[in-house]
Amino acid sequence: MLSQESLQQIDREIAKYPPDQKQSAVMAALRIAQVEKGWLPKELIEFVASYLGMPAIAAYEVASFYNMYDLEPVGRHKITVCTNLPCALSGGVHAADYLKKKLGIDFNETTPDGKFTLKEGECMGACGDAPVLLVNNHHMCSWMTTEKIDQILAELEDK
Amino acid sequence: MLEIEIDGKQVTVEDGSTIMDAATKIGAFVPHFCYHKKLSIAASCRMCLVQVEKAPKPLPACATPVTNGMKVWTRSEQAVKAQKGVMEFLLINHPLDCPICDQGGECQLQDLAVGYGGSQSRYEEEKRVVLNKNLGPLVSTDMTRCINCTRCVRFTTEIAGQMELGQAFRGEHAEIMPFVEKTVDSELSGNIIDLCPVGALTSKPFRFSARTWELARRRSVSPHDSLGSNLIVQVKHDVVKRVLPFENEDINECWLSDKDRFSYEGLNGEDRLTVPMLKQDGVWKDADWQTALEFAANGLRKTAKQNGPDSIGALASPHATVEELYLLQKFTRAIGSDSVDFRLRQSDFRADGFREGAPWLGMPINEVADLNRLLVIGSFLRKDTPLLAQRVRQAAKRGLHVSAVNASAEEWQLPVKNRVLAAPSSIVPVLLQVVAALAAEKGATVAEHLSAAMPSSVSDDARSIAQSLASGRKVAVWLGNLAVQSEYASEIQQLAEEIARLTDGVFGVIGEAANSVGGYLAKAIPLVGGLNARQMLEQPRKAYLLLNAEPDLDFANPALAQSVLEAAPLVIALSAFKSASLLAAADVLLPIAPFTETSGTFVNCEGRAQNFNAVARPVGDTRPGWKVLRVLGNLFDFEGFDQNDSEAVAAEALAEGNRPDLGNRLYGLEFKFAGQAVAGFERVSDVPIYAADTLVRRATSLQKTRDAKAPLARASAATLAAVGVESGARVRLRQGQGLAEVQIVADDSVAANCVRVAAANAATAALGAMCGEISVERV
Amino acid sequence: MSGSGLILAGVDGDRTWALQDYVARGGYSALRKVISEKIAPETIIAELKASSLRGRGGAGFPTGLKWSFMPRSFPGAKYLACNSDEGEPGTFKDRDILRYNPHTVIEGMTIAAYAMGCERGYNYIHGEIFEVYERFEAALAEARSAGLLGQNILGSDFSFELFAHHGYGAYICGEETALLESIEGKKGQPRFKPPFPASYGLYGKPTTINNTETFASVPFILNMGGEGFLNLGKPNNGGTKLFSVSGHVNRPGNYEVAMGTPFAELLEMAGGMRAGRKLKAVIPGGSSAPVLPGSVMMDCTMDYDSISKAGSMLGSGAVIVMDETTCMVKALERLSYFYFEESCGQCTPCREGTGWLYRVVHRIENGLGRKEDLDLLNSVTGNIMGRTICALGDAASMPVQSFVKHFGSEFEYHIENKKCLVPPEVQYEGSQIYVRP
Repeated sequence: MLSQESLQQIDREIAKYPPDQKQSAVMAALRIAQVEKGWLPKELIEFVASYLGMPAIAAYEVASFYNMYDLEPVGRHKITVCTNLPCALSGGVHAADYLKKKLGIDFNETTPDGKFTLKEGECMGACGDAPVLLVNNHHMCSWMTTEKIDQILAELEDK
Repeated sequence: MLEIEIDGKQVTVEDGSTIMDAATKIGAFVPHFCYHKKLSIAASCRMCLVQVEKAPKPLPACATPVTNGMKVWTRSEQAVKAQKGVMEFLLINHPLDCPICDQGGECQLQDLAVGYGGSQSRYEEEKRVVLNKNLGPLVSTDMTRCINCTRCVRFTTEIAGQMELGQAFRGEHAEIMPFVEKTVDSELSGNIIDLCPVGALTSKPFRFSARTWELARRRSVSPHDSLGSNLIVQVKHDVVKRVLPFENEDINECWLSDKDRFSYEGLNGEDRLTVPMLKQDGVWKDADWQTALEFAANGLRKTAKQNGPDSIGALASPHATVEELYLLQKFTRAIGSDSVDFRLRQSDFRADGFREGAPWLGMPINEVADLNRLLVIGSFLRKDTPLLAQRVRQAAKRGLHVSAVNASAEEWQLPVKNRVLAAPSSIVPVLLQVVAALAAEKGATVAEHLSAAMPSSVSDDARSIAQSLASGRKVAVWLGNLAVQSEYASEIQQLAEEIARLTDGVFGVIGEAANSVGGYLAKAIPLVGGLNARQMLEQPRKAYLLLNAEPDLDFANPALAQSVLEAAPLVIALSAFKSASLLAAADVLLPIAPFTETSGTFVNCEGRAQNFNAVARPVGDTRPGWKVLRVLGNLFDFEGFDQNDSEAVAAEALAEGNRPDLGNRLYGLEFKFAGQAVAGFERVSDVPIYAADTLVRRATSLQKTRDAKAPLARASAATLAAVGVESGARVRLRQGQGLAEVQIVADDSVAANCVRVAAANAATAALGAMCGEISVERV
Repeated sequence: MSGSGLILAGVDGDRTWALQDYVARGGYSALRKVISEKIAPETIIAELKASSLRGRGGAGFPTGLKWSFMPRSFPGAKYLACNSDEGEPGTFKDRDILRYNPHTVIEGMTIAAYAMGCERGYNYIHGEIFEVYERFEAALAEARSAGLLGQNILGSDFSFELFAHHGYGAYICGEETALLESIEGKKGQPRFKPPFPASYGLYGKPTTINNTETFASVPFILNMGGEGFLNLGKPNNGGTKLFSVSGHVNRPGNYEVAMGTPFAELLEMAGGMRAGRKLKAVIPGGSSAPVLPGSVMMDCTMDYDSISKAGSMLGSGAVIVMDETTCMVKALERLSYFYFEESCGQCTPCREGTGWLYRVVHRIENGLGRKEDLDLLNSVTGNIMGRTICALGDAASMPVQSFVKHFGSEFEYHIENKKCLVPPEVQYEGSQIYVRP
């Protein structure tokens, strides 16, 4: 269900924890699985659970609790904008509005071409860099201006 | 010990107690939802907040440890304000749909809302709606009512041993669910209905059929497994509507297995026998009792006269009551035959005549918690005795090491430290190795009658088991149903006894049915040269009395039982049900009451006689079985058939001096293991959990569970490969003359070169004996 | 960036995070000293106590005291955890420490492990700063290959294994027992205490959890002595501290200053108010801390005692600055949504109450408020505070109570006039995308 490379990455994560605590690697394993597959269908969660020897529902609890896991398909690029108060004071909401207009979608929607999904994020711990957005969970973009947003979208368009 | 003052009352509690423990001790009620004495502490509902001296804020009674000199107020202004605050939060998103809720009248939320809730809601926002989940045929959901106490989640994880439910998502969106599209398949699942403090989880079979206050509550005892769980049977207009646990800490605690809880649905099934019936010229006709009984009596008289009383045999189910079994053997013996037996699924009776007494668990059930080493031999422990397995599971958490020698390593949902997987014919050799290793480990001498059989070498697995047992402080060795039903039951028993002796442990028999001990105590076995259950079929009798048993499903060799009984000139069947097999085999059908319509007694595996009364009037012309047998005795003018009530029968049956004692030892039986490896494949038989007795087989909802739909045949992937079939293929099984065509699946928990075939199933009934050689062919 | 203070002193943005740069700044000298001189664990803990270092994650618990709670002679594993799950709105200091000076955290944790006899540790890093997690992994690899981490550290018989564990989007994991649950591979739902982590922590074993900045301070304390560190700040408020300044200032960012520095000075360092607008309100310790009117704040110094006296908390040192263009109802609405969204769902008052609070504030903001709503908000927060397993219930309640307390008239205006006192166009202008000069 997952590539050898992903499984090797998961094995490296498992090795961080005591031998009888494989479940500790579930957050990393779900992240690795999501990176490979784009989102987490239930079969994938079940696979990860059985790979780690934990009940499927326990893995589902984790996947549904942490909001960076996607239990529904998302576009090729997921853009998450922080609109929490400190960011909002420095344009977080304006940046989100700009993205909505530019992509023609609202939060939790995907562009018809399947390229972009827009999400509203909670505090990312980078309030000094506001406006802040996350691209595909792992890449943080700081001090966003409309020009920089245009530039990022253009780059992602081709990826 | 710690001193604590609660609401002005002093109480002394043990170290480590919580405020809730202390409050319970003085009888102070602290409102709660998530707290449950048998589950881990969640402290999440916050309903049990109480005021504690010097604490700046109210503390949860369930989770706060008592400290010496602590002062607590459970009803002070601060405490009640906190409790009322929590109640308001619990109610804001609750639908308050009590009028259409099945929990109405027995709802903890409803009850506590009366005391702690406001008369009007301050919450005027939109309420939460949660989608329902399909948990299977037994538990119904209304998840919008859920208050997220997580008792059900903790139950599946901690008591049933497998996390089948979780609390997914978070915050206000948190919801209780199984893994996407999975059902809750535990054999203990019904307990989550009792645990649910609201109407989120209710009984699917019971749903909308009655209000709690319309039901009469009557105590009873489960007629299924050897535990004898205590029941509250709820009845409306003489119809059983629901079964709940009656709490008995020594037996079932506050739990019930699904079999105990939902089997009542079989009581009023379509094939319930409600009038006596006679077969005349191959045609069944209803009859009145007098006609039917006279027909039966005349038939027996004639048979005894023509062929001698020895030509009459009596076969009874181990699910029959002590009273029924006692009067059956008394009647049979009064006729002049010693051929009576209730051990229908057993095939090795060589130990008869050497027994110390009635085989039993060897220990009280509630002492399982104290064990620290346990060897289970030949058992489907979890499915055969779900609540005994549950006790072992809890003990394992406290350090009990479990070892198993088994023909099928099915998942018990508890840690098994050492496990030997062996074909039924290899269990004895494995146990011999364990005995040898144990003797070496302990520096002890093996009992004389076994010394000649000691193996020259010992496998590592057998040594591991021996080492585990040798290091035990409190050891038990238990025989399960597969061991008792084995062709080598007496050797297995001798070796188990020796293992227990070498470890100063207890040797016990788990027992196949509700009255496996009671049958011995009632003397429903041959005592003076009569035939046992197997012999009665192998040496066909002219007439049979059949009590509460179905020929095609309740015997060690159903094919033989069916053909012999069909061929017998006279079969008098006392039964609560009529089935095709009974209609084909019997000549007289006498409708006797199931456990709900008669008084009676079961003696459970720990030797505890538990009597119960009828909870409903008998259906139609049904009569209690003990009365029918008494009247039969009267028709013969036999002495000693004049008991006025079942208590008198039980008192006579269980009177000291009249009954044997409990005892597992075998005196003077030579150890003659002539076993040799079976040439082809060997049959391993389980009696599936919802096929074990006449009542549960008719329980419609249980028959829709995954356990009821389990594959009929399974074998290891290697075995399948050797046969050349894929998992899931249909195969032809052959045992001597017997044939069956079933689906087979790969299951590596089955011992090598074995095929596990479900017994007590119409599709496999034609095969023959539950053990022995079996062949598998592609279809 | 070029930092001042201790932790950020000499660091130069992304360019100087590596081991060689840290060593050039004097890094790992404290660990070397501890190991080569075989300094007794009690001595280290005594230095910590003398330094008056208080937990930098928000609760401000004395670190030396916390370390002394770990059972000395516990047979079996003991664990150390670093809380880098920084997700409290306004707080972004740990991110800078980890990406610009990760080795100071590694060194601090290793010394802590030595002092408390822990064989294994985990640094739990906020999921949204995944690049920082990757950098920390790289720093760990450097430290391991240099013999500064792992088995037989610096050739001694002391061993300590340290790993990075990432979150994936849950504020609650910043609560220390939720963080432990999360490392165990579960939902981040806080545990009821007692038992405390020092007796029943990760995998049920004794565990100490400290914030990133707390660990990062440890090498400096050992180098300059507890007394020296204390003297940088003021009594009971030892050392320097990172303050994350965000909102309506000209230079949002982290400023490491001595404890006790006047707020006015900090505001000045952050470039003063944006566009010369007037200071309206400050949340001085992260979004969970009660808001204070600007005028009150201007009289405070940045330390635990002063802020507490003014009716709020220093918390994590996250200073959210709001000017006169801010609608306080809207500001509270966003914060209340945050707590509603981040409640773990475990215990009743928070699971049910945070949604109730948000919906009422949302109604007021949208012109559907009722007269009795302010009393209702106070009553509901009263029923949440002090009734929950963890502090999130309090954290959700304190903003509501303090916003209503200090800016009640603005809420009343909203309810009566179904609109804001601050004209929409002024609000719009004030929250524009801020382009750094």
